[in-house]
Amino acid sequence: MSETSKALVGSATDDERTQRRPKKRRQASHGPAHEESWAPYLFISPFFILFAIFGVFTLLYTFWVSLHDWSLLGGMNAFVGLDNYTRLLDDPRFFKATVNTFSMLLLSTVPQMIMALILAEILNDRLLRGSHLFRSGLLVPNITSVVAIAIVFQSLFARQNGLINAVIQLLGFEPLNWHAGRLSSHLAIASMVNWQFTGFNTLIFLAALQAIPLSYYEAAQIDGASRIQRFSRISVPLLRPAILFAVVLSVIGQLQLFAQPMLFGAGAGSTSGGNDNQYLTILLYLYGQAFQQPFRFGYSAAIAWMLVLMSAAAAALVFGINALLDRRENRAERRYSKARARSQEVAR
Amino acid sequence: MTTLEKVSTRGDGSTGRSELILRDRPPLARAVHATRRSGLKYTILVLALAVSVFPFYWMYVVASNSNAVMSQFPPRVVPGPNFLTNARLAVEGVPFGTALLNSFVVASAITVSVLFFSTMAGFAFAKMRFRGRGGLFTFVLGTMLVPQQLGLIPLFILMGYFGWVGDLRAVIVPSLVTAFGVFWMRQVVAGSVPDELLEAARMDGCSIFGIVRHVVWPSVAPGAAVLGLYTFLFAWNDFLWPLVVLGNEPSSHTIQIALRTLSDTYYVNYSMVMAGTLLSVVPLMIVFVLFSRQMVAGAMDGALKG
Repeated sequence: MSETSKALVGSATDDERTQRRPKKRRQASHGPAHEESWAPYLFISPFFILFAIFGVFTLLYTFWVSLHDWSLLGGMNAFVGLDNYTRLLDDPRFFKATVNTFSMLLLSTVPQMIMALILAEILNDRLLRGSHLFRSGLLVPNITSVVAIAIVFQSLFARQNGLINAVIQLLGFEPLNWHAGRLSSHLAIASMVNWQFTGFNTLIFLAALQAIPLSYYEAAQIDGASRIQRFSRISVPLLRPAILFAVVLSVIGQLQLFAQPMLFGAGAGSTSGGNDNQYLTILLYLYGQAFQQPFRFGYSAAIAWMLVLMSAAAAALVFGINALLDRRENRAERRYSKARARSQEVAR
Repeated sequence: MTTLEKVSTRGDGSTGRSELILRDRPPLARAVHATRRSGLKYTILVLALAVSVFPFYWMYVVASNSNAVMSQFPPRVVPGPNFLTNARLAVEGVPFGTALLNSFVVASAITVSVLFFSTMAGFAFAKMRFRGRGGLFTFVLGTMLVPQQLGLIPLFILMGYFGWVGDLRAVIVPSLVTAFGVFWMRQVVAGSVPDELLEAARMDGCSIFGIVRHVVWPSVAPGAAVLGLYTFLFAWNDFLWPLVVLGNEPSSHTIQIALRTLSDTYYVNYSMVMAGTLLSVVPLMIVFVLFSRQMVAGAMDGALKG
């Protein structure tokens, strides 16, 4: 194992060097640095060297590990081909973790984006007083560590003595065992994510909103568009690139949900995600398989690759939906301009 | 056909309802209307602000009351007198001071290194001409979509091979330079280093390193500071990889791992755990209060650059 890694690391850096050499000779540009044509390559090389080792190499090596029956203690045993993957597809716990992850992903991304859009629209007001206070207040959750967040929310959602259950009881309802139910635990964990990232997304949307010319809104107002219409017909469509950016970021991030479900369950080393795996996530399952008994590196490497594929698929889905919306918009625009041309003809 | 009609009625400049209403209403009514609307606005914002800040208040409420008080029904919602007692228990329960120091070492080392290498690379991408510049920069951006957490297992094997398991270097080295940092600094250099200044330095016979030191660094300082703040925060808050590679070596625990140990070991004593949590959050809060303007601007800039 050590030899493989050494060889791969070595070849990665060698590549870097051989790539640099021929380019050096051909380089004859007029930038501020024409004498030191090697300089730009020197300056950017740290990133590429580091990425070669810790990015490319680790992902490929993950695939190599996933083809073996490999454990932390036993080291590499046998080449088993795609066995780990076929076993994974039959693993009910992996299936459950996948469903859980996507459920929490939806429960956190959707409300978060809606709330952030509304808050951004409200904050996008040049006459608003205390805007810095609101903006920085909304950003505070984002700079807090997930561990601290999970600990606080774990206490808020506690069955006994939890503040949320106390409020429910004071309102005259039965307290809820948030940890036990599948949906309720997903809601609790999603609320941590929502709390942490709504403000950040609000600022992203606000920045994009401020780039929209005021004249659009004024024109719409003169045409009699209500505030809600202006929001849904001007702000939201023009924010699409920003929304796309935020959604992709959120999807990739939440597929790797880990600390919140891990710390949501009280007690040492709880990587099971609840008694019945009701809030087990993919990454938590990966961690539990690899770094706790039975230390199955090969199997969890297969989980890692499944997660890579799912991330790619999810990102592709988001981009696909975006392209679809683009097409529809273009068609509407074409229809609009055709109609306008025709109406002008009629007028003439 | 319906579109045509709609367009023509809108297109001839016919006035909508609200414009008429606005014109016809007496000034006082207009003002009342506006206040009521902005009243709703402020209510929503204040509510959102309260939700954002409440968990910190609650942290302090739990941390400053005894566990017994917090088990009563209905629970206390105001701070009590026991914060120092609980904080001392927490600091004694886990090696808190060591963990704070480790986090500080890790986050500072990563920040300095990211700033240095990202500025160099950002300068090259923004101001120097070389073959493959566009392609290489696109490649850097593309790597941001690769989830780093997924190399966990080979990274662990690799660190075992280097002999760095349980060593802070295992956390520092993979983050020495980030794609985001390179991207950010490219935009900063492009926006804040004037070409004329580079030419002038060049004419005066400044070497490329001299230019970086005397022209680039001073110009990019404000933008680099924002990157530095966020890099420090991310490193300070990082959890999964430090847990994997440092988890079995208590003397190398960062603050986040110490916090998890605390909550795992003493989860029955909420007040103590919460006191520790609060202590771990305080350094960040200080940084945030000092630099909130830069950080808010940074988050919004980042969105525009992206």
